[in-house]
Amino acid sequence: MAEITLEDIIKPENLVYTKTKLMTDKVLSYCPGCGHGTAHRITMEVIEELGLEEQTIGVAPVGCSVLAYEFMNIDMQQAAHGRAPAVATGIKRVWPNKIVFTYQGDGDLAAIGTNETIHACNRGEKIVIIFINNGIYGMTGGQMAPTTLPGMKSSTSPFGRDVQTMGNPLKATELVAQLPGTYFVTRQSVHTPGNVRKAKKAIKKAFENQRDGKPGVSFVEIVSNCNSGWKMTPRDSNVWMEENMFPFYPLGDIKVDGQLL
Amino acid sequence: MKGNEALAEAAIRAGADAYFGYPITPQSEVIEYLMAEKPTDRTGMVVLQAESEIAAINMVYGAAGAGKKVMTSSSSPGISLKQEGISYIAGAELPCLYANVVRGGPGLGTIQPSQADYFQSTKGGGHGDYRQIVLAPASVQEMADFVRDGFDLAFKYRIPVLILSDGVIGQMMEKVELFDPIPRLTDDEINERYPWATTGKKSGTERRIITSLDLDSHKMEEHNHKLQAKYQEITEKEVRYELIDCDDAEYIYVAYGSSARIAQKAVKLARAKGIKAGLFRLITLFPFPSVKMFEMCGKGIKGFLAVEMSAGQMVEDVHLSVKGCSKVEHFGRYGGIVHTPEEVLEALEQKIIGG
Repeated sequence: MAEITLEDIIKPENLVYTKTKLMTDKVLSYCPGCGHGTAHRITMEVIEELGLEEQTIGVAPVGCSVLAYEFMNIDMQQAAHGRAPAVATGIKRVWPNKIVFTYQGDGDLAAIGTNETIHACNRGEKIVIIFINNGIYGMTGGQMAPTTLPGMKSSTSPFGRDVQTMGNPLKATELVAQLPGTYFVTRQSVHTPGNVRKAKKAIKKAFENQRDGKPGVSFVEIVSNCNSGWKMTPRDSNVWMEENMFPFYPLGDIKVDGQLL
Repeated sequence: MKGNEALAEAAIRAGADAYFGYPITPQSEVIEYLMAEKPTDRTGMVVLQAESEIAAINMVYGAAGAGKKVMTSSSSPGISLKQEGISYIAGAELPCLYANVVRGGPGLGTIQPSQADYFQSTKGGGHGDYRQIVLAPASVQEMADFVRDGFDLAFKYRIPVLILSDGVIGQMMEKVELFDPIPRLTDDEINERYPWATTGKKSGTERRIITSLDLDSHKMEEHNHKLQAKYQEITEKEVRYELIDCDDAEYIYVAYGSSARIAQKAVKLARAKGIKAGLFRLITLFPFPSVKMFEMCGKGIKGFLAVEMSAGQMVEDVHLSVKGCSKVEHFGRYGGIVHTPEEVLEALEQKIIGG
């Protein structure tokens, strides 16, 4: 039997997957092993599958995903730190027929931008918020985040988060689920193929809600790893996430069609 | 009508697409008027009371970045909160209009009128090397007219434009002739006119990005060069001022806003005493009419008195303009106190003529 070469494999009939055209060819700035790349991809796949790319405007935050607009091949605005929900509100209010979403990390959404998050959710803005929670400030080099777990080490909690002096981790997703202005609130992860499929389904539902004019924010949290910030290998970080993050931030839907579960 | 109401009515008539604001004395009439007028019914204009000044200016950023004609307003402490957003708007080169109905500071200060936000308005306010066009109305009429003019300038240069008013102009009532309504742009017109606006990527076109970020410092320097060239062009083309009784004047008051009205009265009092006084009323504070001021300097002017409700801010630009060729002094009450014409005349006599 002849040896199989790469040319034998790369043929149209063998194609089982292509990168969505809504991701640019720019090399991702994320660390190898990080969940951001997957979260970007499934978000863009959903927009492509729903045929919404010509009417979608995304809002990038400050944080690791500050350059999301370099990778997402759609119209985008870069917002000041924490202000993405206000920026999205501005766009959606003047273009009510467009699809508007924010993509934010935990520091952006749940620390400096808590006010904008709570009020956009409470007003019931018809937008999608995608919230990446990795329990740490990745871009600035591993400082404590609003979502850092009790006892968890970071560069500004080098002996572990002491809740007596540093406060408690904030469950922003449970918080916004209580507000009348949220329509769909869910928590997902992208660390296994099965979880990626579930997360993508949730993101799809979120965008469908907006497309269909459902009243209120569709809010998708993705609990993600930060192997660099956590100082672990990618695999270890995913195991650590399952053992430590998921018990505190349990996966699953919290509010569906405006009803708390 | 009140100055603040004229500003609000002018926003509707100027064809604004949205107003985002947060109440603060002495300018809350702006959003109150807009809410009561139901501009959504009149023109389709959106009015939203935001949760903070910070949120309001970021709503402005988002809507402006999507090609819409959008504005906000506040008063001094609220304007301080907006500075981050204004810096981003300047960096991302978005057009927007905002008004500051200035009150006394620093801090929470007082709700009485002041002109102590001159530095913040003309020298930056937020971080980074940026400028904005600053229009200073001295009447309720100008509160209305400058909304229309301000939007035009904002879109001509893709720059934030500030209407720098104060508690006197915002609160006082005067007759005003309102300009005829200008229709809002249609969605198609926006798509056609503003190739930079994020309205959704059409197939076969490049995506549009609104950002003030570039991690490559060389590119960021280039971007700054471009901004500076724009500010230079504005300085050459958009200076506005008014000269009152300046033809034969030996002494010139330099003032803007409500101080200009008081100084104009002081000119009359001075002339009645035989003092040849005139008024150089600033209308644009940036760009500052430095060229004209320097030119006047050599023509028999014995001194300039900057009159402003601050401890001496605008006077620095007068100094920079006349470059030492004439005497320059400052007079002003501040912290919420408005000077009288008599005080302003006395200051001229003591600081310029007798000094």
